[in-house]
Formats: sequence, C-alpha cells, structure tokens
Amino acid sequence: MTEYLRGTRRAPTGGWRHATVREILHPSPRAVILRLEVPDRIDHWPGQHYVIRLTAEDGYTAQRSYSVASPASDQLLEFYVERLDDGEVSSFLADVAEVGDELEIRGPIGGWFVWTADAPMFGIAGGSGVVPLVSMLRHAVHLGRTDLMTLAVSARTLADLPYADELVAAAAVVTLSREISDNGRAAGRITAAEVAPLVPPEGACFVCGSTAFSGAVTEMLTSLGVDVQRIRIESFGPTGSPADLIA
Amino acid sequence: MAGPTRKGDSMATRGFVGKRRPPEGIKLPPGQYDVGRDFPVLTAEATPRLDPERWTMTVDGLVAREHTWTWEDLHLLPQSEYRGDIHCVTTWSKFDTRFGGVSVDLLLDTVEPLPAATHVFVTSTTGYTTNLPLHEIRDGKAWIVWTHEDKPLPREHGGPVRLLVPRLYFWKSAKWVTKLTLLDHDEPGFWERNGYHDLGDPWLEQRYQGD
Ligand SMILES: Cc1cc2nc3c(=O)[nH]c(=O)nc-3n(C[C@H](O)[C@H](O)[C@H](O)COP(=O)(O)OP(=O)(O)OC[C@H]3O[C@@H](n4cnc5c(N)ncnc54)[C@H](O)[C@@H]3O)c2cc1C
Repeated sequence: MTEYLRGTRRAPTGGWRHATVREILHPSPRAVILRLEVPDRIDHWPGQHYVIRLTAEDGYTAQRSYSVASPASDQLLEFYVERLDDGEVSSFLADVAEVGDELEIRGPIGGWFVWTADAPMFGIAGGSGVVPLVSMLRHAVHLGRTDLMTLAVSARTLADLPYADELVAAAAVVTLSREISDNGRAAGRITAAEVAPLVPPEGACFVCGSTAFSGAVTEMLTSLGVDVQRIRIESFGPTGSPADLIA
Repeated sequence: MAGPTRKGDSMATRGFVGKRRPPEGIKLPPGQYDVGRDFPVLTAEATPRLDPERWTMTVDGLVAREHTWTWEDLHLLPQSEYRGDIHCVTTWSKFDTRFGGVSVDLLLDTVEPLPAATHVFVTSTTGYTTNLPLHEIRDGKAWIVWTHEDKPLPREHGGPVRLLVPRLYFWKSAKWVTKLTLLDHDEPGFWERNGYHDLGDPWLEQRYQGD
C-alpha cells in the first residue's frame, strides 16, 4: 500500500448533505436502486462510498456505508442496496423510502479502493460487491477507456447479479454458483483458471464482496503469483456471510 | 437549499422507526449498533501469513533506548487481558469481548519515552500505518494481543498479533503490528490520509477528518 501512503493524489472527501431521492428502481425483489440529487455535491472517484444516516422521530439514528454505483459524470448519485430481511437500514431503503424523501448522506469517503481509469486494473466482485466496480466501469465508458479494465463478477443466479446487463455488455466474466450460464458454464464457484487470463501484468486488483469472498479470491490471486501489494480489498457484510457468494 | 449540516443537527427521516436500539441500560457510542456475536472483518489489503518465529515488535523513535522483542520475548512478559467493548467506524460495536497479550505500558517502560514524545506512529508488516497520541496508548489503554476469547487470534482479525486500543475506533488497532515509533508531532497514517480522523474517539463520533 506504499504508493498511496506517499499520498501524491488524494481522493476527494465531502461532508453531510441533505439529498433528495429522485428515482427509485427495484431491479429485483431483493434490491433497490436509489438515485439522489445532492446539493453542493463533491464529485467522487469511482470506488468511493457514502454514509447514509437515518433518524427516527426520537433522535435515534442508524447509519451504514454504501458504495457509489454512478460515475461522477452522472448528475444524480446512485446507490444499489441489497435488501436484508432483518436489516435496519437496507430494509428501510428498499421498503419505505420514496421519491421526494430527503436523506442525510455524507461523502465521498475513502481513498484506497479507488480507480480513475488511468492505469490497467482487474476487478473481481461477488453479489452487491460489484457496485464500486460498476462505478469504475461507467467512468471508463464515459472516458472511452474500458480497454484498461478486466472484470469478473459472481452471484448465485443472473437475476441476483446487480447491473447484470451492463456487466455482460462490458464483457465481464460472469460466474454463477446456482445456475447454468447461457454460455453453458456449469453452476459453480469462480476458479483460478477463469481468473488467471484476466489479471493484467501490472495494475491494481480490486476485490469486493463478503469477507468469505474477499478472502478466497485473495488467496486465489496470490496463488496465481499476484503481488499482494497490488491487491485492494473492500469487504461488506458480516463474518458469517454466505460463503457461496464467491461461488 | 440545505447545505452541509453539523454533526448532531439531524433531521428526522420520514417513516424511519429503527429496529436496532440498544437494550435498556446499554450505552453505545453515537451512531453505533450492537453486532451481537458476529465479528465482522474489515481489511483493505491481502491478509498476510505471518510466521511468529520471524515476526518482531519494535518500539523506536523518541525513546531513551529502542528495543525489539521476538514473539518469545513478548510471551515471557507478564500477560494481561482486555475485557470490554470494541467499536468499528463502519458502525458496529461488539460488547464484552476478551483479548489477551501484553500491555503496551510494559514496552514503553523498557524503552523509556523521551519527554518530547507526544505521538506514536504504528506500522504493520503489510505497510499499513496509523497514528495516535501517545497518551492514548499509555496507562492501561493499549495492548499487543494474540488471543481472542482464549483462542489464538485468527488471521483475518490480525493474527498472530495486533495492536488493541479499544477506546478508539478499531482501525487504530492495527492488525499485524510490528513497530511503534514515538514522534514529537502527529503524522497521519493510512486511513487518516484517506479522510479518517486523526484521533477517532467513538464517544465524540470522530469518524472522519473535520469531525
Ligand atoms: C465501504 C462499504 C460499502 C458498502 N457498500 C454497499 C453497497 O453498495 N450495497 C449494499 O447493499 N451494501 C453495502 N455495504 C453494506 C452496508 O453498509 C450495510 O452493512 C448493509 O446494507 C446492511 O445494513 P442493514 O442496516 O440493512 O443491516 P443490519 O441491521 O446492520 O444487519 C442485519 C443483519 O444482517 C447481517 N448483515 C449485515 N450486513 C450484511 C451483508 N452485507 N450481507 C448479509 N448479511 C448482512 C447482520 O449481521 C445482521 O444480522 C457496504 C459496507 C461498507 C463498509
């Protein structure tokens, strides 16, 4: 991580804002996409996240982090939130939030898991972990630099894969653990043989997903001879999250 | 148009009731929730495989005599335990959990900090760094730990050995710690350069720079 320690280029950071929900989409019954208008927005770098804070009438608050899915060129700020049944914040965002609501948000935050389409990269993610990679992809599309990226994404089924259409269109390698893929790939976890050809000779490898997913992928990358200094990880979710996300 | 708001200057969110209020009598730092028995893993980098036989712990910088301990050296020191809560900046807290190792006070007693020393810069074997005021790791506030709930500290939680500074947000408790350098000024570490707070007191909700 030494390169960023030298800190020549700092990612932007922003404070609290009252954002307004402008669009809500339900790409699947288990997820919600929120598109927010943010006053005095500080443009983010792809890979950065925001904090969303909810406040009850009595002052009780809950806040969680969400990666940005949109590129900075998008007028609105987009989040993709996976709905957890007993999730305090995700179930509110999926079930209760409406167009026109105000939400308190803070960001952008984070300066490590970021990519500004200026060097080769490999991105590998599972489930909602694809969100920061989608921001990177959209940014690269905007700049016409998708040649710099290779992507591998995993989910249980294609319907569970966030932004499946965009990822498929960008030639991401899609691996499904519970479903036979259209191209005939049998259901199963991503393998080292599938990952190996995607890793460029240099540039960062961005790994995002559950703890189990990130751990397994990191082991896989190092077993393929990737220098650990190149690996950047963002993990969402609890320790015991389903190991099959990798898959 | 609503501009940036101050911390605490919160508006109510339409329709939000909240379902993770701490039980009666339990006090949590603002914005934190109880994660229960889970112990989430947060890491920015590949989890290293550290060989305890080759790992060392050094305290240097503004000290009378810098010193390096081997794994065995540290285990020969009187052991102590932390039992209490830990708080992660991503808003989970874990109650009443136990870590075992040695108090940082013992290491400081050996090296004797110079009067000019005010801060400490922490380095891990991976290159991860973090910064703290010296007084935050003195007088029973910090440990070098290698057990959690009486078992060897798991790799993903920093095993075989990590720093533990439970009074502050958990990114200060550097995993795979290998060096403490005493300085006469504050020097931002890895997350601190990336927008996180220099002190990180959960009770003051010092998550990010400017809090
Ligand atoms: C930097 C960062 C970026 C993130 N980006 C995104 C994102 O883009 N999209 C997104 O959906 N989430 C993202 N997350 C996760 C998000 O912050 C919340 O943890 C998640 O939405 C659950 O919050 P909740 O309040 O709904 O559930 P909680 O009330 O906190 O937890 C409900 C239950 O679900 C478990 N749980 C918590 N998180 C997960 C999980 N991820 N998977 C399965 N079980 C879980 C808990 O242990 C608990 O039992 C991100 C997290 C971080 C740290």
